[in-house]
Amino acid sequence: MVNKMQKQKIADWGNYPVVEAETVRFNQAEQLRVALGEPGEVIAYGNGRSYGDASLQKRVIMTRSFRSFLSFDSASGVVCCESGALLAELLEAFVPRGWFLPVSPGTKFVTLGGAVAADIHGKNHHGEGSFGAHVVSLEVMRADGSIVRCSREEYPEFFALTIGGMGLSGVILNVTLQLKAIESAWVRQQTIRASRLSELMDAFESFDEWTYSVAWVDTLAGGDALGRGMLMRGEHATVEQVQGHSTFSAASQRKLNVPFFLPNGLLNRGTMMAFNSVYYHQNQKPVKERLVHYESFFYPLDAIGNWNRIYGRRGFMQYQFVLPRVTGRVAVEAILKKIQASGLGSFLAVLKLFGEQESFISFPMAGYTLALDFPVCFEVFKLMKELDAMVADWGGRLYLAKDARMDEAMFAKTYPHADDFREAIALLNGGSTRFSSLLSNRLGIT
Amino acid sequence: MERILIIGATSDMGQAFAQACALQGSSIMLAARNGDVLDRMAKDLRARTQVAVSTHAFDALDMEQHEVFYQDLPERPDGVICFVGLLGDAAACQQSFEVARRVLDTNLTGVVSILDLVANEFEKRGRGWIVGVSSVAGDRGRAPRYHYGCAKAGLNAYLSGLRQRLFKSGVFVMNVKPGYCRTKMVAGWNLPNTMTSEPEEVARVILKGIHRKQETLYVRWMWRWIMWLIRVLPECIFKRLKI
Repeated sequence: MVNKMQKQKIADWGNYPVVEAETVRFNQAEQLRVALGEPGEVIAYGNGRSYGDASLQKRVIMTRSFRSFLSFDSASGVVCCESGALLAELLEAFVPRGWFLPVSPGTKFVTLGGAVAADIHGKNHHGEGSFGAHVVSLEVMRADGSIVRCSREEYPEFFALTIGGMGLSGVILNVTLQLKAIESAWVRQQTIRASRLSELMDAFESFDEWTYSVAWVDTLAGGDALGRGMLMRGEHATVEQVQGHSTFSAASQRKLNVPFFLPNGLLNRGTMMAFNSVYYHQNQKPVKERLVHYESFFYPLDAIGNWNRIYGRRGFMQYQFVLPRVTGRVAVEAILKKIQASGLGSFLAVLKLFGEQESFISFPMAGYTLALDFPVCFEVFKLMKELDAMVADWGGRLYLAKDARMDEAMFAKTYPHADDFREAIALLNGGSTRFSSLLSNRLGIT
Repeated sequence: MERILIIGATSDMGQAFAQACALQGSSIMLAARNGDVLDRMAKDLRARTQVAVSTHAFDALDMEQHEVFYQDLPERPDGVICFVGLLGDAAACQQSFEVARRVLDTNLTGVVSILDLVANEFEKRGRGWIVGVSSVAGDRGRAPRYHYGCAKAGLNAYLSGLRQRLFKSGVFVMNVKPGYCRTKMVAGWNLPNTMTSEPEEVARVILKGIHRKQETLYVRWMWRWIMWLIRVLPECIFKRLKI
């Protein structure tokens, strides 16, 4: 594969914004070095599963062809892969051998490099931290073509800057990751129905010992039922618990696809309300427990290819914020009320309680995070602007990997290390080739 | 556990196929020209899976060496698949027979040379499968790239003859015509999404096809009908078209 340059329209998962970009592919480090020899602003683009503009720029380095597995130690579960490999590839190779991802986001179609750059989190954040916490070491190519091998011992500052650094310290070449031992491909899942927000949050706070927990919230239910939803908790099933199932069987191949963009506006208040109501009432028992395959526990939406197209060609935006635990309860309620008053609904709303996290620029902090999906339209921008003020006032912040519109002031105010991060990136970006994305330009980082 | 020999393994389809086979537990013999890429592939497969992987130097154009290559394999393969192919520059083929011959030899003569050896062994043994990766370009010669097309047409005829010969001895022969596929062969081409497959998809479809004993495989279904239409067009119309 040669460094073929191509102009094409690219976007991330929200399909907003869409930009014309020059794309460069590589499958060997040497080719990347040649590409970085060209001056200008550039950012790495993995599988396009961040939502906003974090991996967009006039010139992007496509990492998907750089995806070889380099080594695996079956005794310790430490794997080393090139950064373009998908989490799905890791699961395919290692689940049958009794190893699982230490942290799983809501989709397995993200690249390893992207997982590190956005320091992604999963349903186990409260107990096991974010993805970065399980990274043993990294190799990163800087703008001048030099390769930095870093870990908590070697160049620890550079390592900390790269984890959650949104690709601004360089192109991540390979990732050495500690996998997690499992006994089966199955998850013991418990679903708890909560008829209002406080019940949902009580459930979160009283069951910290479960490894995985996440809740779906019906954002359209109002009054007494405000914030009603379902909490899902899970635990990797042991060999004894999966009797009757084959321990490491792959999931059934059933896969739906959205073949084209559906009409804008198909997902509206009416259709969403109907869906939410059915979804909420399907679970008649207050507590239900069953054994599910890891695919359906961790990646339910992956079963529908291109699900982002149901929002229409105009695209959609995720609004994911985190609020400190102390203000969280009040704040989430106020925000849900605000959204209801606006008349806009979020189709998917996911609530989760994060644990503590010490990090430089990563998103998670101890407290409640809520992720909301809105179809792109004029009113949504206005609503989000108002939500920004609330989130900032309550000491919260927004997730950069899902953002396409936050302003510079909001970023500076809500990320405590914003200034240090900007200075560190400026130091690294001294040459004629500079790493920057539309996101980092917008937030005044670069 | 099956032992699979993949010839032309460093092609994008070859790499995807090797990975799919290894993940389902087959042991893999990789053969291609480029030793560095082969080594990288082998390392990747050994990290992903626990199957046995070996690498072997093979050049389709070095036909005198094919017999030695085949005899020296560490194990006798249960199945052989050949991804060897060269699109070549159409204009250069028209100008220089040297270039044209390279296209013909890579796509046809070299493949026939190695598959004959495989076929003789499999016939004697009375089992095994042989997959040749041909092309929709071989279904009818067209002005752009007819040198490539004629070599692939030859390969189609070869595989169909081979299938008939080996049927009696229980050896299965498959002809794959992928249609558009996103590989380095067509890097930079502007291809319609619905008609273009990914190498991983080709690998998956071939594996399924071997299992189901499909004799001619078009990776995406529309290609069968498109090529049928192109084949049945009367020459007096066809020659005037720009397709």
